Amino acid sequence: MRSKGAGAAGPIERLVDALARLPGLGPRSARRAALALLRHRESLLDPLALAIEDTRRSVHACRRCGNLDTTDPCRICTDATRDAGLVCVVEHVADLWAIERAGAWRGHYHVLGGTLSALSQVGPEQLAVAPLLARVATGDVREVVLALNVTVDGQTTAHYLAEQLAAFPISVTRLAQGVPLGGELDHLDDGTLTAALRQRR
Amino acid sequence: MSTPEAAPSTSGSAPRCPALVRLSLAGFRNHARLELRLEPRSVVLIGPNGVGKTNLLEAISLLAPGRGLRRAGLGELLGPAATAWAIGATLQGLAGVREVATALEATGRGDRRVATLDGGVRRGPVSLAGVLPLLWLTPAMDRLFVEGAGNRRRFLDRLVYGLDPAHAERLQAYDRALRERLTLLRAGRRDPAWLTALEARLAADGVAIAAARVATVERLGAALAAEDGPFPAADLALVGEMEAALATTPALAVEEGFATRLARNRATDAEAGTTTVGPHRSDLAVSYRARGTPARLASTGEQKALLIAILLGQARVASAAGLAPVLLLDEVAAHLDEARRRALFDRLAAHPGQVWLTGTEAALFAGTAATCQGIALAGDGWRMVDLLP
Repeated sequence: MRSKGAGAAGPIERLVDALARLPGLGPRSARRAALALLRHRESLLDPLALAIEDTRRSVHACRRCGNLDTTDPCRICTDATRDAGLVCVVEHVADLWAIERAGAWRGHYHVLGGTLSALSQVGPEQLAVAPLLARVATGDVREVVLALNVTVDGQTTAHYLAEQLAAFPISVTRLAQGVPLGGELDHLDDGTLTAALRQRR
Repeated sequence: MSTPEAAPSTSGSAPRCPALVRLSLAGFRNHARLELRLEPRSVVLIGPNGVGKTNLLEAISLLAPGRGLRRAGLGELLGPAATAWAIGATLQGLAGVREVATALEATGRGDRRVATLDGGVRRGPVSLAGVLPLLWLTPAMDRLFVEGAGNRRRFLDRLVYGLDPAHAERLQAYDRALRERLTLLRAGRRDPAWLTALEARLAADGVAIAAARVATVERLGAALAAEDGPFPAADLALVGEMEAALATTPALAVEEGFATRLARNRATDAEAGTTTVGPHRSDLAVSYRARGTPARLASTGEQKALLIAILLGQARVASAAGLAPVLLLDEVAAHLDEARRRALFDRLAAHPGQVWLTGTEAALFAGTAATCQGIALAGDGWRMVDLLP
């Protein structure tokens, strides 16, 4: 099946194509979304168009940490109640949001923009590695927390960063691995259980 | 033929062994559309050459991580007029009923295989690890002892993840790190920190892989030593530096040593275009216990008997650990003499998991009626048939 809806032309076709490129949407769901937008102009289409235009104009990546915000530096970087000596390194802004939702981190962030992957041709220079080292080199940072995903690429990147940061007189830590809250031991995979036992306290 | 219950398990603890009670294929090799409804006990598949018996076993083998029993590419699995293929199965075990499915999915960046469990979200095939424990034997494996080490190593690794499902993921992570490191080396990119990070991963996963292999070979070796009768006793040994080092050196020291060697070999590996040391080069040495000779020197029939002995031994070890596998035995009966065939069927009857046997004629399977259901496969579909007692 072609991605274009039969009978759709011009702007609608462009809208469907643009929506279909979004993560989690395919041609079929893009057509449904486009039709829903057009059917509910006032309640869906207009607010979405305004929101997209607003976002496009006002949201930028923070030049310090890479977070997305309407101010640059972002509100996290300029928040005086936060501890600038603590920097939490994450892969993507989505991870930053996840940690912020938990509300347990009162330090700053550094968004890498991905993980090292020779196969996908992503090297340190494609990531915000040099800016991180520059931040640490100013001497304002006491601890860097490597909060990367526990995947092959995530852990390789964490190892790489730990090596790079070893030259500085700061502590470099990683997130603990183990039993999730509400987790039943019987349902845990062996790797997680082993990690939890190794990091018992 | 009239008793639908699986043969009662003789061991004390009841192993949770899933059996296929439904298998659906669409667009898969020669099966444009096929849906088998089965009883949760063993299956004898009968049909002429080319009707798709091995294809059916291959489909079952894809309900686990990996490339299946032919190691085919995703495109090769596609039927002649099909644009996609899908395999679905219902597994019935002590833990209840599970729906497993896997299919070819076209993406913007090429084809990939996806899998779902109980209709949940689509994930990679590694998510199927441990769901359906499998062991297979095909005519293509007849040359296992004489060909290169790669197939023997893969055979061994399948035995390992029969006992330790996490092994599949470990191998995949190791393999990915190998390719990452080689990509850097071939590109002439000597970023020491990046290479060190990859080598640290390789060392950690490599030791875990070697240790899991050692553990499996020890357990299996003990089971095989007890073997007597029509199937010969086999001695198994691992040929690999890392596996050997683990016998005398603490794992942490082996890991460090491996990382150091990888770092030292960067130039040689870059030149050779391959990673010259590591558990990806290990081999499984099999020899005849009675004569002390390597398996590759035995006759074709004897080699087959050795392979069956290893498979049966592994099935016993896994069953004792509560992971009784489904056995896929393609064309095994045809190459055994009458006595060995009977002995094989006796052993299989005692296996607590489901067994799939294939052959061209029902006469080969005399003596299986008490534990197996007969399925005749033809070009236009399938039907139940009676097996000889």
